[in-house]
Amino acid sequence: MSLFIQQVLNGVMLGSVYSLVALGLTLEYGILHIPNFAHGALYMVGAYLTFLLATYLGFNFWLAMILSMIALGLIGVLVERLVFRPLMLESPLSSFIAAIGLIFIFVDGALNIFGPDFKRFPPTHTQVFHVLGITITFQRIIIVGVTVALIVLLHLFIKKTTMGATIEATAQDREGAQLVGINVKRVRMIVFALGTALAAAAAALISPIHLVHPGMGGPVILKAFVIIILGGMGSLPGAIIGGFIMGLVESLSGGYISTAYNEVFAFAVLVTVLAVRPTGLFGAK
Amino acid sequence: MVLIMIIVAFTIPFFVSSRFILHILILCCIWAMAATSMNLIMGYTGQVNLAHGAFFGIGAYSAGLLILKLGIPFWPALILACAITVVLGFLIGLLALRTKGSYFAIGTMCFNVIVTVIIDSWEGLTEGARGLLGIPRPPPIPLPFGKEIAFTSVAANYYLILVSLLLTILVIYRIVHSMMGRSFMAVRGNEELAESLGMNAMKAKLLSFLISTFFAAWAGVLYATYIGFLSPEISDYHVTFELLTFCLIGGLGTMVGPLIGAFILTIISELLHGIAVPRMVAYGFVLIIIMIFLRGGIMGGARMLWLRLGGKGGR
Repeated sequence: MSLFIQQVLNGVMLGSVYSLVALGLTLEYGILHIPNFAHGALYMVGAYLTFLLATYLGFNFWLAMILSMIALGLIGVLVERLVFRPLMLESPLSSFIAAIGLIFIFVDGALNIFGPDFKRFPPTHTQVFHVLGITITFQRIIIVGVTVALIVLLHLFIKKTTMGATIEATAQDREGAQLVGINVKRVRMIVFALGTALAAAAAALISPIHLVHPGMGGPVILKAFVIIILGGMGSLPGAIIGGFIMGLVESLSGGYISTAYNEVFAFAVLVTVLAVRPTGLFGAK
Repeated sequence: MVLIMIIVAFTIPFFVSSRFILHILILCCIWAMAATSMNLIMGYTGQVNLAHGAFFGIGAYSAGLLILKLGIPFWPALILACAITVVLGFLIGLLALRTKGSYFAIGTMCFNVIVTVIIDSWEGLTEGARGLLGIPRPPPIPLPFGKEIAFTSVAANYYLILVSLLLTILVIYRIVHSMMGRSFMAVRGNEELAESLGMNAMKAKLLSFLISTFFAAWAGVLYATYIGFLSPEISDYHVTFELLTFCLIGGLGTMVGPLIGAFILTIISELLHGIAVPRMVAYGFVLIIIMIFLRGGIMGGARMLWLRLGGKGGR
């Protein structure tokens, strides 16, 4: 029983990180129709930024995380402006290839600057709690807490502010939004900044537990794409719930069956869902 | 023009003696074959199939295992490997083709990852990460008068693979310009409309999917026997992405596009070995710049240039 609860807690922790990455991706892919495969590479850049700020500049964890969110948000705006904006009217496949180009640039760039070795964070928040035979580190509680806070903030931003309303309008109907005077180009920049900032937050949260290395974005981006398709394209609740499903499936199958086939189980869930509902859990028909 | 290209392709081994250049050309041909077959489902039928690398890998592994573990000769193994891949493709296609657009793309990508993980983890069958070693080259083909074509030299392998590539192009060209090809393009244009006109869109998509997996498997078998070594990475989704890049950089939905893409990008990526900037970083910039400045890939760019120069060709 305690193994079960332990695995569920791990799953929730993993699921939080996946949700954040998937939320950022669903903003970019679901709303702007940019299949940004470089989202995982940006996540990796976010982890390195946080790591550099926390170790070389000696900032504390929270400050490092917020600064790297801002910095990665700016990088996101830049990427949108320089790479994806010129491809705005092209088929999404063009953006897909451009995103693959970006992956090469970021991942190989990081490989050349930082080397292939794993970087370890200085230990922070290492308090350990023992409750009913279950072990939880403080960092894991922080991950879940910050994720919930960020999701609530994102929800408030989209539902309560004018800027958020313009994003929602663009998501529903791009031409219609343009007709009523919404600056779609500005919306694209804001959405990209939000998406990449969320990726930075996810990376900052997980990197004290997992290690930081140039290839860390690859598996995460695959899962993020699976999650947003699982939840339904462009659906924010879908991305969140899909993220938690993915985290739970991964940790439970890893704990009870086999870690070698971890990804098979996670991806088989999507295949099963698509076989039953070809538009995902929350996708519109 | 086409004839000249074919003659040039056939005479290359007579004046290029460098094994390295021939080796690169062979790889170009293999990738061009896989990219051309991907173009059928993606460019002409409009289904973004991100499991193509998996089929390449399944074909390669099936042939490797049939030859090494069961001792089946090359030619039957080639046919069997293609058959195995098409059967697996049928099962995957039946399930995946129910979905559309992005759902299909990501769904097939999942299959690709699953296939790679299975090849990597099923060590009893595939040797896992150690890979399959020592797959023999094809046996000699006996000719009348006691002669034979042996596949010991690089040039002989080049001819085998070149002929396979030309066959692939010929078959896919004939398909695209037949009624079947028209039905594929109707599905690409508007699936609902095609169905409302009494077409079976699912059948058309599945057929196109299976033909493309068949040629992907064939390319995989040639890769396996030419290189002689297989590791799970050969079925990885990175292979799929590479093939996709070839198609898009060359020009999706054109016959020559995937060929140009495969040859140019393979050669560029070899040339980039000599420069100061990290190779893959430079490659990334090349991809982005081609995508932004040559709409519709190299073929699209060429067509635009042609129109601008006052030519009346193009469409």
